[in-house]
Formats: sequence, structure tokens, C-alpha cells
Amino acid sequence: MGSLSFLYFGTVIVLTAILVVALRKPVSSVIALLVMFFHIAGLFVTLHAEFLAAVQIIVYAGAILVLYLFVVMLLNVKEDDSYQRQFRLGMGLGLLALAELAYIVSAAGLAEEPARQPAAAAAAAGNTETVGRALYTTYLFPFEVASLILLVAMIGAILMAKKGIMGESK
Amino acid sequence: MQMSVFALAALVKIAVVMGVVLLTVAFLTLAERKVLSWMQDRMGPMEVGPYGILQPIADGIKLFFKEDIVPAGANRFLFSLAPILSLVPALIGFAVVPYGPNYEIEVSGVRIKPFIITDVNIGILYILAFASIGAYGIILGGWASNNKYSLLGGLRAAAQVISYELNVGLAIISVLILSGSLSMVTIAEKQAGSMLNWNIIGMGHGNGIWWWFPVTQFVAFVVYVISSVAETNRLPFDLPEAESELVAGWMTEYSGMRFAFFFMSEYSNMILVSCIASVLFLGGYHAPYPGTILSGGWALAEGVFWFTVKVYAFLFLFFWLRATLPRLRYDQLMRFGWKVMLPLALGNIVVTSIVVYLLRI
Repeated sequence: MGSLSFLYFGTVIVLTAILVVALRKPVSSVIALLVMFFHIAGLFVTLHAEFLAAVQIIVYAGAILVLYLFVVMLLNVKEDDSYQRQFRLGMGLGLLALAELAYIVSAAGLAEEPARQPAAAAAAAGNTETVGRALYTTYLFPFEVASLILLVAMIGAILMAKKGIMGESK
Repeated sequence: MQMSVFALAALVKIAVVMGVVLLTVAFLTLAERKVLSWMQDRMGPMEVGPYGILQPIADGIKLFFKEDIVPAGANRFLFSLAPILSLVPALIGFAVVPYGPNYEIEVSGVRIKPFIITDVNIGILYILAFASIGAYGIILGGWASNNKYSLLGGLRAAAQVISYELNVGLAIISVLILSGSLSMVTIAEKQAGSMLNWNIIGMGHGNGIWWWFPVTQFVAFVVYVISSVAETNRLPFDLPEAESELVAGWMTEYSGMRFAFFFMSEYSNMILVSCIASVLFLGGYHAPYPGTILSGGWALAEGVFWFTVKVYAFLFLFFWLRATLPRLRYDQLMRFGWKVMLPLALGNIVVTSIVVYLLRI
């Protein structure tokens, strides 16, 4: 049952991920990405990580992708001049990533059975509580650094959008 | 055997909830027209049935038999997908709403809660997640119609829904601090006792002699109500629709059943946000007085009764706002959302956290 649902979610995720870059119309790519986010959330549910599943949908599908759609609709990108020119660069980077993956898998070998204990412990203590506790104890420093980076990005975006904010005139 | 009993119970509960919700949607359209008419000193629909009571059925039949038009140059697939994408998220949220007391019955070894479809431990997040998906229906409907007005309506809807969704989420966080859980049942159970324990007043969170100190969530309640009116695209925040400037916004090109789907999703969303507001801030199925007056099975009915009363009071508030307030201008709407509601909600979270920390030392 578990491996069957993984097979379904995994297949759909890979297929829709390919569609995102292969489709010609930007709006169709966004729809494919939406389907993919939903299946990733489904994968989280099968791992008993309901909190992550909900956050996945709220943040990625509900906020970020809506902004993408907004931009795609506003810019009204033509079908032809989108992503097709970076084919060589993309191919090179893809091969590099594939080689890396092959090396890691061959060096470490695939585990017999994924560890189930952390999932069980999380289910016992409550998924949300476990994530929260881990974020604010074990991973406090990376968490704070990530929020600082986001703050810097926000300030940068405001600076770029508002030209005269530093006092210079046009 | 146990599995099939469980599945059957779930299906029965889903059927009952969907039936009640869709019936309420049908008669909400009539109720809205009647309430608006009375407020404007008119009669409202009077032709179909006594006092126009059968008007929703006539409307339904009319919409069902109307010609289904797809405009030239429209993206056929997305044009059909958009109404579905907007109705399904609106209905799916009802799965985690507790309609009555947290009560369990045992049917051949399976424990079933009759008044909630499923008590997920991330209940409120589940509703927020699917509410955010509802925006796709509006945006894609506006884009796929191949019409300038529709596109403008869709873009307005996208910006508005994202802005006000944020405020809804922030208003809910302070309630979560008080209840310490994301489950809708647990949130409602924490407000048991009397009206004073409801989160809108918020007594009963302190230790020892400070038990009476109110951690009132009135600010969060106001932010939630205003933001949820904006999120459901109702007047005075119905800018994506705006009949007088955008014809009907993203719905301009829709007709027949596809239009009916958008209409149904708007009214189901209204019911859903009313249910959430009554569970989060007004104690859900708890009566304003301590305990219950009736006993036994009737006590359960009393819980359902109070929940229904609260939800309908909210729905009336929606009609009332529509009859009273004029539409905002678009820049006023955005400024209000980001510069008034957002700081209010954030400040409320900080104050609530500090007060709860001090009370629980």
C-alpha cells in the first residue's frame, strides 16, 4: 500500500516536473507545477507529515505560484521566445547533476528500508509540535539566518522598486 | 468489516454535510435578496411560491437549462477547469468543521464522531490550504475567457486574495497561541464553560488567582471578519466583480452551469468562513451559558443549535454589510489591507504572546 502510493505520487511528480519545462505555454507550465505541488503534499501525507503537507500547499501552491501566474498573465509572454534558447546550458547542468546522483547512489548504496523511527516519534508527539521544537532548538541558527536572508531580500526588492528612496533625484 | 463500517460512516457524513451546505447555498441566495429588499423597503422575490420561497429552485432550473457558451479564442480546457477549481476547494473545507459536541458513538467496534467528518490534527491549516487554492479558479477563469474585463477582474482578484489571506492567517495565529492546537475540535473544546471563555473575551487562560484575566481576541476577531469578507469577494470588497466598472469581472463570459459553479462557490465560501469564525472566536457549538439546559441526546441537539445560530448570525452580517457599505476604491483596498490590517494583526500576536507567557509563569 505504502509503496504503491509512493509509485503513483513519484511518477506524477516526475512527469509533471518534465511538463513544467517542456510545455510551450507559460500558463500550462504553471498548471503542471500546481499539480506537482499537490502530489508532493500527498507524498508528505503518506510519510505522516501532515503539517508539512499543509504548509507545502499554503506556501507554494497558494502564495508563490499565484504570484507566478500573476506575472505570467501580466507579461503575456509569447509562446516561442521563452525557454528554448538555454537548451545547451540546461543539458550540460542536467548531465552534471545526473553524474553527481549516480556517484552518490553508487558510493552509498540504497538503504534496505527507510528509517521509520523518526516518523513514529513525530506521530506520537504531534507533527506540528515536533517540527516547531526542532526549528527552535536544533536548527535555531539556520532558521534565523534564513529569516535574515529573507529580510535582506525584502529590503533589496523595495530599494529596486522605489528608485528615489535613497534621496537622489532622477 | 471495520474498514467498511468506517468508510460507510464517512460517506454518510459527507453526503449529509454536502446536502445541508448545498441546500443552504440555494436558500442563501433567496435570503440575501429578501434581506436586501427589506432593508431597502422593497418586497423582494414574490412570484414563485408563497412569498417567493421557491425562487432558488426556479433559478437553479433556469441556470441548468441555459445555453453553455465558450467564447471564441478562449482556452477551452482552462475555461472549463476554472469553475471546478473554485467550487471544489470551497466545499472540501467543510470536512474538518465540528458542527456539534465532541461526542463518540461505537458502531460494531468502530469509534465514530457523528458531528464532524474527520478531526484532522491540522484542521485549520487544511482549511487555509484549500482556501488558497480557490484563488486559482478566479485567476484562470479571468485569463481563459480572452476578455479584457475578465483579465482585469482576475488580476484584481489575485492581488486581493493574496493580501487578505495573509491577514486571515495572522488573525488565526493568536487564537492558536491560546488553544495550543490546530485541530478544530480542540480549539472549540478549549472554549467550553460559558461565554466568558470564548476567545473573543478570552477568560480562563491564567494560572491561580489570575484565572479571570481576559486575553481578549477582539482585535483578531475584527481583523478576521473584515479579511474574510475581502477573501470571499463580497461587498464592500467585491472589486474583482465590480459590475459598474468591469461588467462582472472574471465571470463576464461565463453562463449556465459554469456560472452557477462560481456562484455556488461564493456562497459556500461565505458559509465556510462563518463556520470558522464561530469555531475560532465564538466557542463553536458551546452555549453562551455554562453547560447545557437539556440533557441526554437533546444536549447534543442544543450544541448543534448554537453552532447554527452563530453561523447564521455571521451570514446575516454579510448581507447587512452588502446593504450598508459602498464599494472601496482599489488603492484604498490595498492600502487598508497592508497598512492597517497587517500591523494590527501582527501587533495582536505580539501582545497575546506576552500576556499568555506572563499568565502561565
